[in-house]
Amino acid sequence: MDPISRRRFLIASGVTGGAALLAGEAGFLLSHLHDRAASTPLAAGTPILVVVTMYGGNDGLNTVIPYADSAYQDARPELAYDAGEVLHLDGDLGLNPGLKGMAKLWQNKQLAIIRGVGYPKPDHSHFRSMDIWQTASPSAPVNTGWIGRWLDATGDDPIRAVNVGSILPPLVVGAKATAAALSIGKATPLPAGVTTALVGLAKSDASDTASEAMVCSAYAAQRKVAATFDPVVGGQRSGDVEGDGLKAQLAVVGQCVKAGVPTKVYSVSLDGFDTHADEKETQQGLLEVLDSALSGFLADMATDARGRGVVVLVYSEFGRRVAANASQGTDHGTAGPVFVVGPPVKGGFYGAQPSLRDLDDGDLKSTVDFRAVYGEIVHKTLGADPHQVLDTVPGELGFL
Amino acid sequence: MPSQWESTARLVRRTGFGASGAEVDAALRVGPARFVATLLAADPSEDPGAKATPAPHFAAAAPIGKGADKAAKKQRNKQRKEQLVAATAWWVRRMAAVEQPFGEKLTFGWHNHFATSAKKVKYPTLMLAQNATLRAHGRGDFHTLAYAMLTDAAMLQWLDGQKNTSKAPNENLAREFMELFTLGHANTYTETDVREGARALTGWRIQQDGGTGVQTRLHDSGRKTVLGVSGNLDAAAFCDAVLGVPTGPGYLAKRMWGRLVSDTPPSAGVVDRLVAAYGAERDVGAMLSAMLTAPEFAAAQGSIVISPVEWLIGAVRTLRVPVKTDADTMKLIQVLRGLGQVPFYPPSVGGWPSGRAWLSTAAVELRLQAALALTRTGDLSALDGSVPSRVDAVAHLLGIASWSARSSAVLRASASDPQRLVAVALNTPEYLVH
Repeated sequence: MDPISRRRFLIASGVTGGAALLAGEAGFLLSHLHDRAASTPLAAGTPILVVVTMYGGNDGLNTVIPYADSAYQDARPELAYDAGEVLHLDGDLGLNPGLKGMAKLWQNKQLAIIRGVGYPKPDHSHFRSMDIWQTASPSAPVNTGWIGRWLDATGDDPIRAVNVGSILPPLVVGAKATAAALSIGKATPLPAGVTTALVGLAKSDASDTASEAMVCSAYAAQRKVAATFDPVVGGQRSGDVEGDGLKAQLAVVGQCVKAGVPTKVYSVSLDGFDTHADEKETQQGLLEVLDSALSGFLADMATDARGRGVVVLVYSEFGRRVAANASQGTDHGTAGPVFVVGPPVKGGFYGAQPSLRDLDDGDLKSTVDFRAVYGEIVHKTLGADPHQVLDTVPGELGFL
Repeated sequence: MPSQWESTARLVRRTGFGASGAEVDAALRVGPARFVATLLAADPSEDPGAKATPAPHFAAAAPIGKGADKAAKKQRNKQRKEQLVAATAWWVRRMAAVEQPFGEKLTFGWHNHFATSAKKVKYPTLMLAQNATLRAHGRGDFHTLAYAMLTDAAMLQWLDGQKNTSKAPNENLAREFMELFTLGHANTYTETDVREGARALTGWRIQQDGGTGVQTRLHDSGRKTVLGVSGNLDAAAFCDAVLGVPTGPGYLAKRMWGRLVSDTPPSAGVVDRLVAAYGAERDVGAMLSAMLTAPEFAAAQGSIVISPVEWLIGAVRTLRVPVKTDADTMKLIQVLRGLGQVPFYPPSVGGWPSGRAWLSTAAVELRLQAALALTRTGDLSALDGSVPSRVDAVAHLLGIASWSARSSAVLRASASDPQRLVAVALNTPEYLVH
């Protein structure tokens, strides 16, 4: 994309359709600001990580389905998929019929399915378990995410990681650094006087409390973020009170990648996986949303030199109980499959499929420590030492 | 130490949405103890602003039957969604309209505690009914409130309580009730208590009229043991067993402190005093009174990042921004959506995040754009004086005791343009952090 057409997309470093509506359309381009995508673009071929968080606990057994195992059919007769419905991966496992695009990526050897991923002493709380996945600290709560610690260890440029959405998840919060946050939607640039005021407010005062100083650092980071992303990204918000979809979030990521923004990690999310009741239709619908958004994004990325460096990590806070409950749903469980997908990925199965017969109080026993997945990504995709980020670094699985 | 005016300003801001200097002056005249007593004694439904903004009433949609075609279902879903947006708009207008905002602030706090989202519940009448329950029982006996929520129709829909039957229980409600609403994560209870508790809660159903009740044939009447209490436990017995855990009130005190006072948890000594005030009566009002009048409350100045609802409604109230038409309200809802806090749509049963989560780079520009827009229709007559007087005038308008040297310099540079001055003042660290 050339610089002129890139400028047609107006950005997203914070302004939504809603605010634009409220603020009116009085605006001018922030042309005086430095365009990082033009001045220090990401070198083509640099690996880029996109983290997709599925909130709510995705049912792994109905995602990568052990259709040939009678124990699977027996445990959840009304929820189970049969051999004729699944998208076959091999003689034992198949993908949920909602994952047609992923099945193609599997055939193209770009989808790694890591089976039975979990952590020691699984916790059934959404909040604690998601916290563990995002902080990579199963033994004790910590207030930094694993991407946040990577940011802490590798410099102070706030645009190295970007969260799509105005609320930062713990994943991207470090002790010193946090990811930049982008909202989806067309920008209405701030008037010059306000921009100048922001520069002033970014300076911490001796009288500031710790919380007030955080406001100042957000302002300092925002100026750099606006300078980078204002000229790059656009898109329309849906205006829906329920929030923007994964497709719209990934469209922003795609625009940034193609424009050459020097960002190495993007964080996006999809929620609604807490399927305690009437799960089959709900989960398949959500997996279709995931599949369509992700395969569309990767097809777009395949057309771009920088896009061909994209590695997507897809995870959830836990899988679900093996047996169905009476509401045609499943309660909170433990280990689940993790997807790593993209051109640099060596497709195939990694890790052992957890047994459906040897259970821990009705739950699957994990076969792969989640830090093995993170460690390999930190090493191979982010080019950093995993020991700077993780307390435990298991052996690599070889999917990258 | 903060001045008396400054700590009074904090008290007014924390118990409401924003605070003008005139409101702080008035609170200072009556003194903090009487100010708090008056807040807690007031009946939120008797507030003139509340009476002027009655909750919408939606006629029950005619049942369309299980075999209804897709178009009929689509039409019904569209209508429900419009009604949910109308309900959200109503609450935003109510928060802006009330004379004494504490009732709505507290109701919003309980909504964040017993966080239930319309995204899944989908029935506007159930969301509004839950909202009325939170408003009515928000400062009395916590047992009444907790049991009302355990058997609330929207809550049953939200946490699959109405699908929980003796044949195979659904754990969702039992788990979250203990983990988030009453005890805290892994506090005393075990996974076995979750599973047994779910059995005690089996059989609850939402009735046609929006009420709830137990269908005996779906209830598990066998023996269960929850937190050491055994017998044919039902929802009431489950609630009693859970609220009987001695460390539960300490969890509640810490949660309330995090909502109302500070992003920094209270010391053990403060928690002990709050629990003592709560007492055997489980008196939430007494706990709140102890919290708001504690010396640690004033000392926590500068330690809580305000949430988008506090920020936006505060600015609307202080600047008397007109919120008359649906279009006015929808603009406010879109700002809240961008910032990530739409009432009736918490992101999960854990409620909204806090602290640093509200300070992303994306929020910076959104808040400034919104503030500029608010100043276009707001009342800025307090800034009619000379340019040099305006920096102090805007401090008084927004209930700020004094500006830091940094903010003072930035505001002086904007003083010639009252709209810009107010928009920037609404985004100073002093305004965004209480």
